[in-house]
Amino acid sequence: MPRAEPAEAAPVVIEARDIDKTFRIPSHRIDSIKERAVHPLARAEYRELHALNQVSFDIHRGEFFGIVGRNGSGKSTLLKILASIYRADAGRISMAGRVAPFIELGVGFNPDLTARQNIVLNGVMMGLSQREARRRLHSVLEFGELEEFADLKLKNYSSGMMVRLAFSVMIQSDADILLIDEVLAVGDAAFQQKCADVLREMREGDRTIVLVTHDMASVQTYCHRAMLIDSGALSYIGDPEEVAQRYYRLNFARANGGSEQGNGLVPDVHARLAAARLENDAGEAIENVEVGDPIRLRIVIEAREELVQPVFSLQCLSAEGVQVFGLIRTLKLDRGEADRIAAGQQVRISGTIENPLTPGRYYISCWVARNRNPGDVAFQVINALDFVVFGQRKGPGVVEVRNEVEAVRETRSGE
Amino acid sequence: MSVEAVAAELREVRGPSALGGGWRRFFELLYLMSVTEFKRAYFGTVLGYVWSLVRPLMLFGVLLLVFTQVFRLGSQVPNYPVLLLFNLVLFTFFQESTAQAVTSVVSQESIVRKTQFPRLVIPMAPVMTSLFNFGMNMIAVLIFIFAFGVSPTWTWFLFPVIVLVLFVFTSAVSMLLSALYVRFRDVGIIWSVTSTALFYGTPVLYPFSIVPENLKDILFVNPLTPVFVQARRWIIDPSAPSAVAEAGAWTHLIAPIAIFVTACVLAVWVFNREAPRVAEEL
Repeated sequence: MPRAEPAEAAPVVIEARDIDKTFRIPSHRIDSIKERAVHPLARAEYRELHALNQVSFDIHRGEFFGIVGRNGSGKSTLLKILASIYRADAGRISMAGRVAPFIELGVGFNPDLTARQNIVLNGVMMGLSQREARRRLHSVLEFGELEEFADLKLKNYSSGMMVRLAFSVMIQSDADILLIDEVLAVGDAAFQQKCADVLREMREGDRTIVLVTHDMASVQTYCHRAMLIDSGALSYIGDPEEVAQRYYRLNFARANGGSEQGNGLVPDVHARLAAARLENDAGEAIENVEVGDPIRLRIVIEAREELVQPVFSLQCLSAEGVQVFGLIRTLKLDRGEADRIAAGQQVRISGTIENPLTPGRYYISCWVARNRNPGDVAFQVINALDFVVFGQRKGPGVVEVRNEVEAVRETRSGE
Repeated sequence: MSVEAVAAELREVRGPSALGGGWRRFFELLYLMSVTEFKRAYFGTVLGYVWSLVRPLMLFGVLLLVFTQVFRLGSQVPNYPVLLLFNLVLFTFFQESTAQAVTSVVSQESIVRKTQFPRLVIPMAPVMTSLFNFGMNMIAVLIFIFAFGVSPTWTWFLFPVIVLVLFVFTSAVSMLLSALYVRFRDVGIIWSVTSTALFYGTPVLYPFSIVPENLKDILFVNPLTPVFVQARRWIIDPSAPSAVAEAGAWTHLIAPIAIFVTACVLAVWVFNREAPRVAEEL
């Protein structure tokens, strides 16, 4: 997708300088007056967690700016500091214009109030006057396609309607700066498409958007610039492609528990995931699979540069992160063909897998190694596919296995 | 892109605070939150207003029976039933507000941790909602006042002074408790006992004049006592002694006033200190 030039010339709307944040995690917490009275002089013991360390950056008007990092890297803390939910211990932040944070969809919605009341309440909470909040009522309801349900209490909303309402409130919030934390993948396919369109529109518009995510696809699609945070420190700021690559690299270094130095084990992003989907037997894309239905998947990987003797691996993980099964494949070769992929060439990994999975959420991760060497990883995608197996649960566990076990009354033999 | 068109200035952001976002935003949000909650309680259920009156009226009925039939207090005190109902309605405002405010910050945890707004709204919203309830209950009191033939006096115009003093004290206690509860979870239990003690330690059920002399000084330390004594004189019984007369001397009013002021100062200080960090402590 063509990338509009980052608005370097535009005025700075968020200026952060040397932001520090340390959380004190109490190892022994005095949380009652009784305890305080019994041990009047006891100092609470704390473990200090440096969430952010000397982070500085500028964001310009109209930019779509991504903040990425691994779990616990401090990216969400940074967003909460920008949103004035946490206070920074040191450093200075300046912003221009009205700020609307969306740390989670539907924060502050009251299930006992109607959609209409909630929209106004939410607007006022975000800093609008009541009149302004009323004025945007119509556009919020319209975007969420909820006009008919304006006077229905939220407790009677379906979860899909709730998500639509929450997202509309965000889109129509009319703030100069939007701070968004991982709330993009919501709603049914049609609504998601609508959201994607809006985000694309916003990207070209005047508003400034800061998006915290670990979905590199949305960073690459939407962001003008992005920043990678690692262990509370700013590691890179600039081109989103570069940020995505560094993010993958960082993930892999950690996964191997390894240092980032030398010996060629450091993976580079030599390939990219071009497509990944589940299909039904007619070859149409589907989101979820019914219990017992075979899993038909189709993953396409594109080499960024030549890959010699590539090895492809898929792993299926349960929601708890337990590896359920894995597959390893090498390239299928005709006689005399060289075992390599040229730069730009695509490889399709597809086929049918028997489905013994019990209902629940599953992920399929994927990696490619070079030279038949599992350490020489060309790229790795965490959770390339994310799907739900739905249906009736027949027993405990992650998989259901074929069996011929039965329980019969034993004929009593002499005691 | 019209860069010049919207040239908002860079302003320093100082993080969350009690009034973050300014007074206007504070009042708008406070008003909207308490009004919607009030409307929900009154118009959301079938019986609405009647239902919200049932509790204070039942309590009133029981206490009236006990104190007129068992303790025979009614005969000594002019218009005792009206006084009792009036006092109960005043005290209910204090008790209801503070009881709800104690846990308010913790029970609204999700919005405190996930969005930005003036933190002071949280403990103040239940106080405002109770204030509206109080207004509705006063209608019932007014009906009683006329039914019992209490004649209106010019001192009725001083009623807002009573409400203001009570409101300020209630708000201060609510702010203080809500901030303390985040750190010390036993504040909830301590407060429920304390507020019961205050109920008996304030001249709600009895007129102050029948309190034994040696207890009067102790009761007068309670800042609510002079408020209730004065309220009786102004609204129900102009012949009842004023707060100054009951205290014995002006100097005896120093203790309750000092406690009142201390509570207010402490509330503002503690809440301001805790507000910026409250999202992390939860």
